[in-house]
Amino acid sequence: MSAEALPPESAPSPHRASEARLLQLRRQAETRGRVEGVGVHPPGAPFPKASPDAGYYGIPMLKEPQWKWEVPLYFFVGGAAGSAAVIGAMASWIGRDPELRRSARLVAASGGLISTGLLVADLGRPARFLNMLRVFKKQSAMSLGAWTLAGFSTFSGATAFAELVAEHFDFAPIRVLGHISEAFSAALGLPFHNYTGVLIGATAIPVWNRNITMLPIHFGMSGLNSAVAILELLGHDSPALNLLGIGASGFETYEGLHLEQRPEAALEPLKHGLSGWITRLGGVFSGPVPLGLRLAAQISRSRRMRRAACWSAIAGSLLTRYGWMQAGKASARDWRLPLEISPSAPQTADLQSKSQVPQVRGLKTA
Amino acid sequence: MSANIPDFSLPGSQPRITAFLTDSTLCIGCKACEVACKEWNGVAEDGLNWSGFSYDNTGAVSASTWRHVKFVEDEPQPGFGGAAGEVNSWSFSSDVCKHCEQAGCLEACPTGSIVRTEFGGVYVQPDVCNGCSYCVVSCPFGVIQKNDSDGRAFKCTFCYDRQKAGLPPACAKACPTESIKFGELNELRLVAQERVQELHRRGVHDAQVYDPQQTSVEGIHAFFLVRGDPRTYNLPPQPEVPTIYLKAAWRAAAFGSAALLAGSLLAFFASPRGSARPKSSSRRHRR
Repeated sequence: MSAEALPPESAPSPHRASEARLLQLRRQAETRGRVEGVGVHPPGAPFPKASPDAGYYGIPMLKEPQWKWEVPLYFFVGGAAGSAAVIGAMASWIGRDPELRRSARLVAASGGLISTGLLVADLGRPARFLNMLRVFKKQSAMSLGAWTLAGFSTFSGATAFAELVAEHFDFAPIRVLGHISEAFSAALGLPFHNYTGVLIGATAIPVWNRNITMLPIHFGMSGLNSAVAILELLGHDSPALNLLGIGASGFETYEGLHLEQRPEAALEPLKHGLSGWITRLGGVFSGPVPLGLRLAAQISRSRRMRRAACWSAIAGSLLTRYGWMQAGKASARDWRLPLEISPSAPQTADLQSKSQVPQVRGLKTA
Repeated sequence: MSANIPDFSLPGSQPRITAFLTDSTLCIGCKACEVACKEWNGVAEDGLNWSGFSYDNTGAVSASTWRHVKFVEDEPQPGFGGAAGEVNSWSFSSDVCKHCEQAGCLEACPTGSIVRTEFGGVYVQPDVCNGCSYCVVSCPFGVIQKNDSDGRAFKCTFCYDRQKAGLPPACAKACPTESIKFGELNELRLVAQERVQELHRRGVHDAQVYDPQQTSVEGIHAFFLVRGDPRTYNLPPQPEVPTIYLKAAWRAAAFGSAALLAGSLLAFFASPRGSARPKSSSRRHRR
């Protein structure tokens, strides 16, 4: 019997042991017609079951978000660009700070351009972006967002164009164009800086929709924090920027503490695993670190501390977006949440380590 | 019982709202529906790897699996699942897109690619879909998925092409036991209730219909007759269409925008006017 050959040495040892025991059982059965003692304990046993307490073998019901690196980066860039447009308008109308206005206009316009590029990269082909503009659907946050992006990048681009042209040919129409498009760009910057919180909040992913009233404000403040940081790193130390930075990082500190205090099972991906680490690290870099550094810089008049606060806020904002995206993926994998099964049931991760639960399988298409 | 084949080909006849009733008490797990669906719709093969859980080799509905037979394997139960007590009791249920009354994917689609057909089904127009994958996170049943190699989202079409031609969907046509019934929505809901009553009379007391009409999904056009808790079949007790979160979300966004506007107004009013001259030499001087 060729089946008597043992598996190769490279095979994992539990497998070898159980194969050896099976061989023994087969021999017993052949010679005596019956077997004695226990059989094998296959690696990974006990296997998950299909039951009201374990769902369908613990296979996740929801599909994971399929967005890749472009989309969290888009959230970051969009948040910063939208906020920068608002700051630019204020610097222009109230602050009378043409230097800051110029930088803010350029940051907003580049942000609009980069955002469009990232969205196109996510879709795969530039022509696909145009499909977003064939309908206007108020019940789709993605549709409203696409229209906001289209408007924002147009008007912020026009504003920056006016700014650059006015440097060389300063005539009235170009200044009027600058002011009008700046008003539109700031008006659209308001929804553009935080609509991404609505986008991921109004979905079927538990960790996102459980934070629906907080995500838009959280993402908006994160965007403001990074916009202030970028403008300060471009060389502006306007006290208004510092005040905004203190406000945004103060809010992020409060938000982080608030999240930590909520014990809901749906928020687990924000506290445990890879997604938990990224989100928490993002929270620390967005909130307490820049807040502390800014307050210390107020006392010590240290420019270096303010710069450190800026870099921390940028890193924090980026990590926050990637953290929430990872948390959404982890949340979709947690089969217990949509089935309303108690969190004391074993986690998906445990089941997966024991046996090879097929996730969304790789598609073999031509 | 005869196959419920509505005749839509008659001239002047109004298209009717159609539905699937998938009866797990009649399913024999033959996967003819999976095969017929792939054959008719030209859906790619997606691996013949065993999941390790019973005889399931597809795991879940996905971009390349529009019908998926679930194999629910129970402890040996004398009297069920065969003559001998040692034989496992098995139930099978063919899963499919639910074609919700309030469909999360349809509401979320920013291109208008996902539409409601004249038969009440939810259909993705492949020539319009731009692969934004927002529908993927908006489906409360985890049905629709983006095909990464193609870049667009796919799911059950309810055989829109066949229904247009007056034919039943391929899976219902291929089902050898009439476990997948196809017919007019309200008629089929009655058929489902009658079947449950019949099963109860015959001693199968745990038979029930899964059709979440009390949730924001407001019912589905592909309902299931299952035995016991629907969660065993990965059917959520309380599916919600994500548009219910929109009001709270936009209110929060408006509040956040107001905070940004008020905050920046305050910050610039509170600060001294005019360009603050740089203290550091790192400042880029212009003109």
